[in-house]
Amino acid sequence: MATTITMPQLGETVTEGTVAQWLKKVGDTVEKYEAFVEVSTDKVNAEVPSPVTGTIREMLVKEGETVPTGAPIAIIDEVGAPSGTKAGDGQAPAAATPPAPVTAPPAPNGHAPSFVVHDGDLEMALRKASPAVRKLAREHHIDIRTIRGSGANGRVTASDVLTASSMGPAAAVGQAISVGTNFAATGAPAMPAATGGAKTPPPSGTSTYGEPIPGTIIPLNQARRIIAERMVESKHTAPHAWSMVEVDVTNVWKWRSREKDRFERETGYKLTLLPFFMRAVIESLAAFPLMNAKFTTDGIYVNKDVNIGIAIGLPTNLVVPVVKNADQKSIKGLAIAAGELIDKARKNKLGVDDLAGGTFTVNNNGANGSYASAPIINGGQAGIVTMETVVKKPVVRDDDSIAIRQMMNCCLSLDHRVVDGYVASGFLADLKRRLEKMPADGSL
Amino acid sequence: MAVMNNVEAVRATLYDALKNDDRTLILGEDVGARGNVFLITKDFVNEFGPERVIDTPIAEASIVGIAVGMAMEGLRPIAEIQFADFIYPAFNQIVGEAAKTRYRSNGEYTCPLVIRTPYGGGVRGALSHSVSIEALFYHVPGLKIVAPAFPADVKGLLNASIDDPDPVLFLEHKKTYRLIKGEVPDGHYTIPLGKANVLKEGSALTVVSYGLYVHWALEAAQKLQEEGLSVEVIDLRSIRPMDKATILESVRKTRKLLIVHEDNKFGGIGAEISAMVAEEALFDLDAPIRRLCAPDVPAMGYALPLEEEYMSSPAEMADAMREMVRF
Repeated sequence: MATTITMPQLGETVTEGTVAQWLKKVGDTVEKYEAFVEVSTDKVNAEVPSPVTGTIREMLVKEGETVPTGAPIAIIDEVGAPSGTKAGDGQAPAAATPPAPVTAPPAPNGHAPSFVVHDGDLEMALRKASPAVRKLAREHHIDIRTIRGSGANGRVTASDVLTASSMGPAAAVGQAISVGTNFAATGAPAMPAATGGAKTPPPSGTSTYGEPIPGTIIPLNQARRIIAERMVESKHTAPHAWSMVEVDVTNVWKWRSREKDRFERETGYKLTLLPFFMRAVIESLAAFPLMNAKFTTDGIYVNKDVNIGIAIGLPTNLVVPVVKNADQKSIKGLAIAAGELIDKARKNKLGVDDLAGGTFTVNNNGANGSYASAPIINGGQAGIVTMETVVKKPVVRDDDSIAIRQMMNCCLSLDHRVVDGYVASGFLADLKRRLEKMPADGSL
Repeated sequence: MAVMNNVEAVRATLYDALKNDDRTLILGEDVGARGNVFLITKDFVNEFGPERVIDTPIAEASIVGIAVGMAMEGLRPIAEIQFADFIYPAFNQIVGEAAKTRYRSNGEYTCPLVIRTPYGGGVRGALSHSVSIEALFYHVPGLKIVAPAFPADVKGLLNASIDDPDPVLFLEHKKTYRLIKGEVPDGHYTIPLGKANVLKEGSALTVVSYGLYVHWALEAAQKLQEEGLSVEVIDLRSIRPMDKATILESVRKTRKLLIVHEDNKFGGIGAEISAMVAEEALFDLDAPIRRLCAPDVPAMGYALPLEEEYMSSPAEMADAMREMVRF
């Protein structure tokens, strides 16, 4: 009997998964519970075990291809059952072959777009795209909205996608129509009308994120693609507003300095300002629950849980693991939880559960001296707040004396659909007050 | 190699079977003295005698029931239902007995029975000489259904059906009987049951059909070829087992599927093909699957306008193909 294996839902909010790597080939036998495919979602990889013992008949999804959760990805003939149809039609994974390189970032090429369509038409084009067109577009990394359809009523056909793909990046841009909105992640941004400007020479090769070479293209890996899509989506859908407060963290600094050696000795993790900051953020979220909410079409959903995402920059990508139920943790508990996640992130060991469920995000942005920043909100959250660099500054105090204090800026980006400046500034003021009230000699 | 029409191909194949295998025999209404209403078995009774070419009463349940017994006991009966329209009294013998014999006896008995019957319309046959019965039997595991369109296929598939150890319903489209001529290889040969035939290769649309409509679909596809539209035409030949591999291979190439059959649409052969392709090749489809079939009316009327309304035509098929290619 043939068992169809579907894309698992790795995490409650996950809607699609990418086949990162097939661990088996067509014709290979696989034991029940044996990992046979590596699926990546949300920038992590998870090995998926086989639910049956049998022989892999067909792999329906190529490496690098993204399909919705629940979509068939493979067919396994269970042991003892004859194969119903012919074996896979040449879709055996070629482990050494990376997915086709993406369409090059289009450059102004001196050609006026053939015609301009409006957003409504673009959405219509997407809605009318057949399963084959969607699949081919994914495989060839082509945004359907950038193709002029030759089918009935301008429908984009499978042949159109293949034609656009075969024309290559430069030609594809010429073929592409200008889009009203800027889908910088994968598509062609709006092109200026003919300017006679210099052409960007066609790319002559590829390089990597780690060693970028001028004049080459760095193929988008899964993580980069997801980051791009998420950033574009968040910036497009959530109107960002921004605010900043300056916080006196002298006491927190002293507290942390006093505890850090002992903490590191006891736990093995470094003690930074982050858990102190997180604790204050959590308490401010409790005071301003609208900041721990998300915008939905049904209304603003106020989260029950307080799950704090921690933005962690890695050399080639960004991950935001989540401390779950952070409101139930002490500063020490937060320090350990954050330490574990940071450790996992650096070792590339984060699991799907580590990344799911965030309700608000903090970004310790000051490590490299940043004084202020305007972060992009993690999609589905009401805001993100940063810790900028801590600097000693002369400060005029309430009694008009001048003192040297440890000062830190906190920057907040907020989803203006969820909250207005009134709530956001209240939240920031509350956060500042809580941080400044922290004792220099507290206990963890 | 001789040129034959479909009647001659059936006749020649049956004659060879009777001649070469003593276990074979023919039974049915008017197959003996009358030599079958289409003269397929004309003079057979004189050569092979009334014990091997048996005229039966007008009792279809008995024809098939007796044949089932003969087949289980080692003979190779070729039963004839004079018109497919009359097959209903034998439904229990076909579905309840013949199709289940092997399963019921755990393989101890098989039922190597062929039931031939002319079906289909377009010959002013009215309500009781025009039906397509395939969908009624299509649902039944244990039963094979064959519906050839060309004389060479008639011979190869009828030979395979006679050789087959299990029951086969062999459907002969009566309008093709003398309309369709073609070369038929000499000697005994078989064409495997369950193997479709790609009659014409194409790139923009797959058309699947069987029986009379294969010829019309081919005619329409050739017309489209002159217009520069490339259509692939598949003759199923065997309706069950379904040749999934050939259909899927074609659909994955052309990305569009049109099914044309004379039987009405609801619950027809096209429904199963459509479901199969949707299950197995959805992400290769670039257009909704379409079925061009008869309307859901109880029967093909006698009046010519009613018959024409019920039947499709090469022109209608060409229109449907054009729409799908251009979709």
